[in-house]
This record gives sequence, structure tokens and C-alpha cells, in this order.
Amino acid sequence: MVKVNGTELDIAGKTVSEYLATTNYDPKRIAVERNGDIVFKSKYDATVLDDGDSLEIVSFVGGG
Amino acid sequence: MIPSKKEWTDALIARHGTTLHERFSSATVAICGLGGLGSNIAIALARAGIGKLLLIDFDRVDITNLHRQQYKANQIGCYKADALAENLREIAPYTVIRTVTEKITEENFSDLLKEADVICEAFDNADSKAMLVNGVLEQLPQYYLVAASGMAGMDTPNTIKTRKVMKRFYLCGDEISDEANTIGLVAPRVMLCAAHQAHTVLRILAGEYEV
Repeated sequence: MVKVNGTELDIAGKTVSEYLATTNYDPKRIAVERNGDIVFKSKYDATVLDDGDSLEIVSFVGGG
Repeated sequence: MIPSKKEWTDALIARHGTTLHERFSSATVAICGLGGLGSNIAIALARAGIGKLLLIDFDRVDITNLHRQQYKANQIGCYKADALAENLREIAPYTVIRTVTEKITEENFSDLLKEADVICEAFDNADSKAMLVNGVLEQLPQYYLVAASGMAGMDTPNTIKTRKVMKRFYLCGDEISDEANTIGLVAPRVMLCAAHQAHTVLRILAGEYEV
């Protein structure tokens, strides 16, 4: 299981890109943290989620 | 009659104490975007005695900015960085200000921001916010970053908060209220978010890293 923003999901083995494709997140408007470290944008395709990982996805909205 | 630098410094030390004043006055804070967030952050930090502010925005003051941004009617048409520097000099004459009238991009941000101790993301565009946050976290991991997301509309002020997302990355706002899905930006709610950002900067400089 992988914890995503506090919720356990059965997505171990998927890449970050594969998981994001199943969501409504706009990849241009997010930052992804995995186990406390930023996931580089260029590594979304190559980063495979492991069992026990904790993912934090910050999604930015407009206004300032 | 503008007070002397000594009078000014003494007044800040009387307020904050020597230790905090030294931390604030020796700090450089970069403010990326000088709209409703950035202009309010800058004023709060200048008043608190931050030593140097780096003000970055490519744009000019427009009449549609004046309902929430800290500019004056007679500054319409001026570059925001110049107009804000002018206002800050009236408020806090001994704050060192560097202005950059340039668009922050993936190519130039690391060079523009290298002298900062703390970086404030204060853009209004969500894509730009994500670009800068990812860029700083990837390429400038030793810097503190205080960003904002979600402060539009007439929803309750009580949902504006500060969250520590990562070791050096703080996020202020309700993370939901998108300018596009609300009536737009309303001054006090934007100011609240800016105040969260400014206060988080001061807390970081004070060595208080938890929220």
C-alpha cells in the first residue's frame, strides 16, 4: 500500500506518472513529495512507488 | 521628519529585542510576484525590519490591481517593482531594496534568487506557482521556500492556514479556493494569506521551524 495525502491506496508498483494518470491532478500544477523528498518533474515516469511509500501531492490553484 | 537610522534601529530593538532584530536585519528575502500576496508580504517584512528585500515582478500596476494590492492610484502604469520600492521607502526607509523587473522563468530563477535566505512564492498563476516551487525544491534545496495556494473568494477567513509540507517548504492558504471558481480575489482574504507567508518568514528567521 502507498499512502497518498494520508489515504492508503493499492498502487505499489506503479510509477508516479501512471498513478497521476488515474487522477484529476493537472501535472503542470502539482509538486510531488515522496517520503519527505521532492520527486523531480523529470523523474515522474521513472519513479516506481514501493509498498510503504508515503506520497504528498500539493496541487496549486490560481490567485495571489 | 524621517527618523535617523539609529532611532529606527533602536525602536525595532525595543520591539523585537536584539537577537530577533539581528536575525531580521541581516536577512535577505526574495518576493516572487508583487501582486496581492507579494505587495502585502513586502510591507509586513519591511515593517518588521528585514534587512534586504528582493522584489521581482515583470508587470506594471493596473487599475484592476488596486482593490487588493498595495499600490496607489497615481502609480497606475508604473512597474510594480519600482512602485512598491517607492512605497516601502516611505514606510521603512532603511530597508535595502533590490528590484528586478523581469519575468521569473525556469531558466533564470536560480540565478535571480541565489542571494536570498528565504524565498516567497507570490504568483497568481497556478502553473507559475508549480514551476517555481518544483524548481526551487529541485535546484535550490538549501533555501527556505514559503508558497501560497488558495485564498480567493468570499469563503470564511478561518480556513487560511500554514502547513509545513517538507523540511524547508511551507504552504499557506486553504489550498482549494481557485480564483477561477470564485468571484475572484478579495483584499482581506489575500492579505491574510500574505500575512501567513510573512509571519512564516519571520518565524523561520527566528529559528522557529514548526507551524
